[in-house]
Amino acid sequence: MQVDEATVKRIARLARIRITEEEARSLETELSGILAWVEQLDEVDVTGVEPMTRVVPIKLKMRDDIVTDGEIADQVTENAPMTTEHFFVVPKVVE
Amino acid sequence: MTDLTKLTLAEARDGLRAKSFSSVELTEAFIAAIEAANAHLNAFVLPTPDRALAQARESDKRLAANEARPLEGLPLGHKDLFCTNGVRSTACSRILGDFTPTYESTVGQNLWDAGAIMLGKLNCDEFAMGSSNETSCFGPVVSPWRRTRDGNADNAKLVPGGSSGGSSAAVSADLCLAATATDTGGSIRQPAAITGTVGIKPTYGRCSRWGIVAFASSLDQAGPIAKTVRDSAIMLRHMASHDPKDSTSVDVPVPDYEAAVSQGVKGLRVGIPREYRLDGMSAEAEALWQQGIAWLKAAGATIHDISLPHTKYALPAYYIVAPAECSSNLARYDGVRYGLRVPGDDLVSTYENTRAAGFGKEVRRRVLIGTYVLSAGYYDAYYLKAQKVRTLIKRDFDEAWGKVDTILTPTTPSPAFAQGEKAGDPVAMYLEDIFTVTVNMAGLPGISVPAGLSSEGTPLGLQLIGKPFDEPTLFRTAQVIEDAAGHFRVSRRWWA
Repeated sequence: MQVDEATVKRIARLARIRITEEEARSLETELSGILAWVEQLDEVDVTGVEPMTRVVPIKLKMRDDIVTDGEIADQVTENAPMTTEHFFVVPKVVE
Repeated sequence: MTDLTKLTLAEARDGLRAKSFSSVELTEAFIAAIEAANAHLNAFVLPTPDRALAQARESDKRLAANEARPLEGLPLGHKDLFCTNGVRSTACSRILGDFTPTYESTVGQNLWDAGAIMLGKLNCDEFAMGSSNETSCFGPVVSPWRRTRDGNADNAKLVPGGSSGGSSAAVSADLCLAATATDTGGSIRQPAAITGTVGIKPTYGRCSRWGIVAFASSLDQAGPIAKTVRDSAIMLRHMASHDPKDSTSVDVPVPDYEAAVSQGVKGLRVGIPREYRLDGMSAEAEALWQQGIAWLKAAGATIHDISLPHTKYALPAYYIVAPAECSSNLARYDGVRYGLRVPGDDLVSTYENTRAAGFGKEVRRRVLIGTYVLSAGYYDAYYLKAQKVRTLIKRDFDEAWGKVDTILTPTTPSPAFAQGEKAGDPVAMYLEDIFTVTVNMAGLPGISVPAGLSSEGTPLGLQLIGKPFDEPTLFRTAQVIEDAAGHFRVSRRWWA
């Protein structure tokens, strides 16, 4: 699979990572190289094969639907770059 | 007094119990060793000597009162991928900045509850993505090992492997008794192999992932790097647990792994997979593999040729699954709730600026690959396909377990390389994990044990792969190899 520069820019936009023109060009080569390399999986016939979800068959445990934690707003917001009264502050989203 | 930093974990434990020295003396010896070495090796990104000494004083009280817990007073290094309550935790990424968790990882809590002491946070590849510890935002770790070329000393800075390069360097340089580590594609076993240390990645689900910075959730597992097989068994017993906070952790009792190490391999069936015989493998790695076979045979094991036909597809499938899961896990780093924020004109540009500045090159590359393979129209062709290939890889192993109890392979195709030697080509670096990654893809336990030195005088390891939750067989088999091969220690502390 060849990735062109426009695709690289679209992926970067989706991933929310700003890239420069120069980075877009070098990523075009790198990503194409990696995707060409993983193309060897085309040789494998996976007809009728289920995707792997877990290593050993375990049943997910259920727990009681009760509050076990909370009232720790100080801790939750402690590491945020910008807060006011336990709210995370971000640039204006709606005009 | 003898140099306390040269003790194994088991020797130090026994010495503390016998009151031959105190935990404070032991801890001070390591603090001094770290102070002398860290400017050269860069193994610790945050030493925590005050906390360590406070813990040691508490341990000495318990030891004096004969109330010692299993790891009482034993100083360890802790990979900076584990969240530590009140102690900066960064995953060695700029994007986490000075993030200081208000909680402790379950694996960490288990160790401290067992009486262990934290000497500090260890360097690693950024978000555990790398095989040489060159992608850390704190700079590369330098291996304490030096190689020779044509019989002459070569002062090139060697890599300690990755992503747990701080762990492998610290253990092999005697900067801690043992260390925590994590393994997504080989990040415990590859660094252990090229630094002459023992590293085990347990079965997926054996250790809780809660409080460990996530890279690829279906592959990540914690485990120890230690000086001996016995030490790694002691460590794993106190790292592993069932944890209600990690729904993928498995509710199976944790055995006394240390009891397994002396059980020998008489009658054990050992498989040799023909697909691991690579064209690019060095002659000495092949010779060492044959040596390992001979050692196990001499100890009473039987050797069987086996086939794992989908082996060659493990690495390409890994480079779909791991980036896909990483792009999804790393979406949380948005500059809003913790870590770095680089403001933009609006919210989206704030995200974009923050992530461009906060993620290093390899992390950006993997997030972009992951975003691509998960983007509209490609999910079935890439991620779903790769997950189906995993089923086939696991099936190969399931068939092998009908004939053998454990599988012996080399850990890496070649010994330690120098900084920068493989930095240019991502696929060349990814090939470091060619023998280890199948184990993660199938969720199985794997251990790397030192087995010999290369022609350059640097360590090489052998890997043993086991059935799910059959870590005891790995420990007893690894012990036989360790007994036959001996120990490989750095001969000269060139940094001191």
